[in-house]
Amino acid sequence: MERIYLDHASASPVDPRVLEYAEQYLKLRFGNPSTLHSKGLEAKKALEDARGKITELINAESESSIIFTSGATESNNLAIKGAAMRNIQKGKKVAASTIEHISVLNPIKELQKSGWEFNLIPVDSTGLVDTEKMNAILTEDTTVVSIMYANNEIGTIQPISEISRVVHEKSLYLHVDATAAGGRIPVDVQNDGIDLLTLSSNDMYGPQGAGALYVKPGVKLQPILPGGGQERGLRSGTENIFTIAGMGEAARIAKNEMVEESRRLEKMRDKLIEEILRIEESYLTGHPTQRLPHHASFRFSRIEGESILLNLDMGYNIQVSTGSACTSRTLEPSHVLLAIGLKHEEAHGSMIITLGRSNKIDEIPRIAKGVKETVERLRKLSPL
Amino acid sequence: MTETGYSKKVLEHFMNPKNVGAIENPDGYGKVGNPVCGDLMEMFIKVKDDTITEIKFKTFGCGSAIATSSMVTEMAKGMHVDDALKITRNDVADELDGLPPKKMHCSNLAADALHAAIKDYKAKKTGKK
Repeated sequence: MERIYLDHASASPVDPRVLEYAEQYLKLRFGNPSTLHSKGLEAKKALEDARGKITELINAESESSIIFTSGATESNNLAIKGAAMRNIQKGKKVAASTIEHISVLNPIKELQKSGWEFNLIPVDSTGLVDTEKMNAILTEDTTVVSIMYANNEIGTIQPISEISRVVHEKSLYLHVDATAAGGRIPVDVQNDGIDLLTLSSNDMYGPQGAGALYVKPGVKLQPILPGGGQERGLRSGTENIFTIAGMGEAARIAKNEMVEESRRLEKMRDKLIEEILRIEESYLTGHPTQRLPHHASFRFSRIEGESILLNLDMGYNIQVSTGSACTSRTLEPSHVLLAIGLKHEEAHGSMIITLGRSNKIDEIPRIAKGVKETVERLRKLSPL
Repeated sequence: MTETGYSKKVLEHFMNPKNVGAIENPDGYGKVGNPVCGDLMEMFIKVKDDTITEIKFKTFGCGSAIATSSMVTEMAKGMHVDDALKITRNDVADELDGLPPKKMHCSNLAADALHAAIKDYKAKKTGKK
């Protein structure tokens, strides 16, 4: 049985075109971009080319607004801790939505231990940030507000321009985690009014191990990784040229193909949602229309998500994700599903599908059949 | 071990669990767990001369919850109820060639469900006398 991979939010294959472009930086062009000789200059050029491609993807003011990191987790840490610590004279408050990724929530919790106040911004049952409540929560002494562009578990896309307006009326910094959205939907940092933006390489078919942080000109950050002063002093350490070059190329391809690819995936997503919702007691999680083009997430009553994942993998060679407690390190169900108001027993039965370039519309009947039979089998086992 | 962290045996029992279902008018019935926590098990037994002749289960839960339920029914079938009471969570895990550490609570439940069914049987028996 041929594999149908539907977990691109967890990991994506590197696009062959990206690998073809980037492998020269592993094999031949191995230089250190901080050195002045020809090998160094070669690497420096690759680094700056990649920076240019990221700049174009998100319409940043200039290449110098892009800082390369080791991935989205580091970008989120640098944005939040860096902004909070550097702007401490303004106050010791940080705010974030309840559905942020754990690599946003945990750095804030760490700040809390050092005396920062953490204000949580609620979302509605579709995962949209409540801007009125946000407005009431934010105060002048909040330094940075972190709201994700789109959520990785429920696919909901936030009204970032509207959020930006509220945040900037109070003259605060807006950090946007665009890990799930980057390369998938148009992100325009100037038009959207974003001060700090996180991007991940692998989420747009680049190699794992690279990320970027957009820093709007004038926004002040404290480095969290001091050292040799690379990346404008904000991220020390010799740049990982292979993964960065790959990320740049991945961003270029994503930008070129975004319109066509998202239209293709949206069609597939909608068909998939239609088919899966035919199953009794199945529900879509997240927003019905304001959602990522490749994202379809569900919950099924009376069954548990890890069982769904295992059964689809072993029985049908289909790989999906779940927000079930049994697959998490903490044995707690997804904080995102709880934040949109699901009960624990409802959150346990979740299934997340994230489509990618390899998926074809003619795979849908097999996926729909696999999910339907999986749900039926597990319900037969279930005492509920 | 596979990439899921489960042994081959766990996956076998998950994919093809033994003794699934309910028994009408069981001699013993046990129910443990809670859907809020993500695990709920029901165990049904038929007993003759203090020996478990038939056993069935229904489980809501993760892969190891289902696999341990299946395994515990296989282990307890044909056993004297007093011996079956001695089956521990570690015994179930061992029979499955081990469980990931954080999953140990699930196999605990399978043995617990069996014990609950046996205790129910014993209570009924005493009640009848």
